[in-house]
Amino acid sequence: MILNLQKIEKLINSELSSKIKNSSIENEELLIEIDESDLIDVVQFLKSNENCRFKQLIDIAGVDYPENEKRFELVYLFLSHEHNLRIKVLIKFQINQTINSLTKIFPSANWMEREVFDMYGIKFKNHPDLRRILTDYGFKGHPLRKDFPLTGFNEVRYSEKEKKVIYEPVKLEQNYRNFDFESPWEGTNYIKEIKNMEKDGKKN
Amino acid sequence: MVKKTKSLSLNFGPQHPAAHGVLRLILELDGEIVEKADPHIGLLHRGTEKLIEQKTYTQALPYFDRLDYVAPMNQEHAFALAAEKLLNVEVPIRAKYIRVIFCEIGRILSHILNVTTQALDVGALTPSLWGFEERETLMTFYERASGSRLHANYFRTGGVHKDIPMKLVEDIEKFCKSFPKIIDDLEGLLTDNRIFKQRNVEIGIVSKQEALDHSFSGVMLRGSGVPWDLRRSQPYEIYKDLDFKIPVGKNGDCYDRYLCRIEEMRESVKIILQCIERLPKGPVISINNKISPPNRDDIKQSMEALIHHFKLFTEGYRVPKGDVYTAVEAPKGEFGVYLISDGSNKPYRCKIRAPGFSHLQAMDYLIRGHMLADVPAVLGSLDIVFGEVDR
Repeated sequence: MILNLQKIEKLINSELSSKIKNSSIENEELLIEIDESDLIDVVQFLKSNENCRFKQLIDIAGVDYPENEKRFELVYLFLSHEHNLRIKVLIKFQINQTINSLTKIFPSANWMEREVFDMYGIKFKNHPDLRRILTDYGFKGHPLRKDFPLTGFNEVRYSEKEKKVIYEPVKLEQNYRNFDFESPWEGTNYIKEIKNMEKDGKKN
Repeated sequence: MVKKTKSLSLNFGPQHPAAHGVLRLILELDGEIVEKADPHIGLLHRGTEKLIEQKTYTQALPYFDRLDYVAPMNQEHAFALAAEKLLNVEVPIRAKYIRVIFCEIGRILSHILNVTTQALDVGALTPSLWGFEERETLMTFYERASGSRLHANYFRTGGVHKDIPMKLVEDIEKFCKSFPKIIDDLEGLLTDNRIFKQRNVEIGIVSKQEALDHSFSGVMLRGSGVPWDLRRSQPYEIYKDLDFKIPVGKNGDCYDRYLCRIEEMRESVKIILQCIERLPKGPVISINNKISPPNRDDIKQSMEALIHHFKLFTEGYRVPKGDVYTAVEAPKGEFGVYLISDGSNKPYRCKIRAPGFSHLQAMDYLIRGHMLADVPAVLGSLDIVFGEVDR
């Protein structure tokens, strides 16, 4: 399996030398990094090449690194049934960039890209139907971004007064406690305290 | 003269007994023919991936039970394998056997539910009554091993939580001896049943190529004639030493998928019997106390064990930096976990690849041109569980 991966790595590096920024085999998995503008070409090659035949798109995973200049990463996971191989394709890009949609090459990319759009707010070019998929109708924000709080911004409840389900800002009866064991001296910043501090700051 | 007709928009669900959960399906109908289906999902979205990022690796595991809640341990397995691969821990051989036994029990659990509810969707009530009795027995096995019928939280990084008693092994063996008879009974009700066949044969046909394009896996792929099973092609645990067949369909319709599931249950029974026969003795969790807790007696005697215990249940263990994708053959298809670790005690990112997500996505293409009454039949054969689709 590893031998095959090395062969594929070599092949991809020689065939697409200008497009591959980086390639590595770690944990018995092949990862190639490419420029986001080359995505379509590389995927097309991976799908059609005799020795690759990555004919199935397994998943698209978004990753958020807020401290990086190129904040977002997308990892495309492909599977080749014929050669029994997997490959990961990585692209890194900035917050406002739009990425080419893979829906023309893989119909199954449709919902996967919708999910990435929903969770990270990454836009895809030429996507037939880029709507939110998992979150509520009319939801605001992108939950899997690292700067989105775990509790969210709004909560839902049934209002006896208005006789309907209403949305209001999250009110926590008790602090959400997230113990930070990595630095025992600093302690944890609680959302409620941070909010109170902000309020006080405004008053002063 | 051509009469102009307007297509009718029909809202199916979110609360519908044949929707297998909370699926809202917007159907465009021309008379009784479905022209377009637009599934709206996410009504059961709980933000599992976000929650996992906030929890240590041990605490993240129970979330996997809540994904595909009809076969919980198969999901845990994918996550445990991912963490083990990053940590590079060796799993004791007995734990591997126990894991396989319970994964196959999970497969039977899931297939019974699917086969019988699919029959229920097309009008047969009895199979579900017979099948659920067996599911109850199987869930008792879950309970006896882990303490709970459904949300087991039994697998751990490096093995399983507790050893299983000898009596349980005997009872599982007894069950495996009697269960094929039940499958025969179920088949007697359905396989040659005229109504069942009329509702399923040549409904929702998927060709080989389309199954690949739509990222199908598991029975959905095998039903269309692609002999692909991760237990065979990319074996994990001890599957490569076991003798089992992979049933493959021919026509790729709902009926073939039903047949595949029935055969898979028989193969699962064989696998469990082989595992029981060979079940070795020994530890069930890695003896590395940096990852697995020390046993109770040691904690009373040894200071080091006490410290290990304390550290494991407060801080948890740290996982080396890296990313890994592991997939298991869950009852519904390829269930994968793409795990990114930043070297801390919590996953940086944990992307869950749920087979049902891709299957449901193809609903529009599967149902186009079929009758409205075929919607439940196709939906039933997709084997959708909303826990994993919505995550």
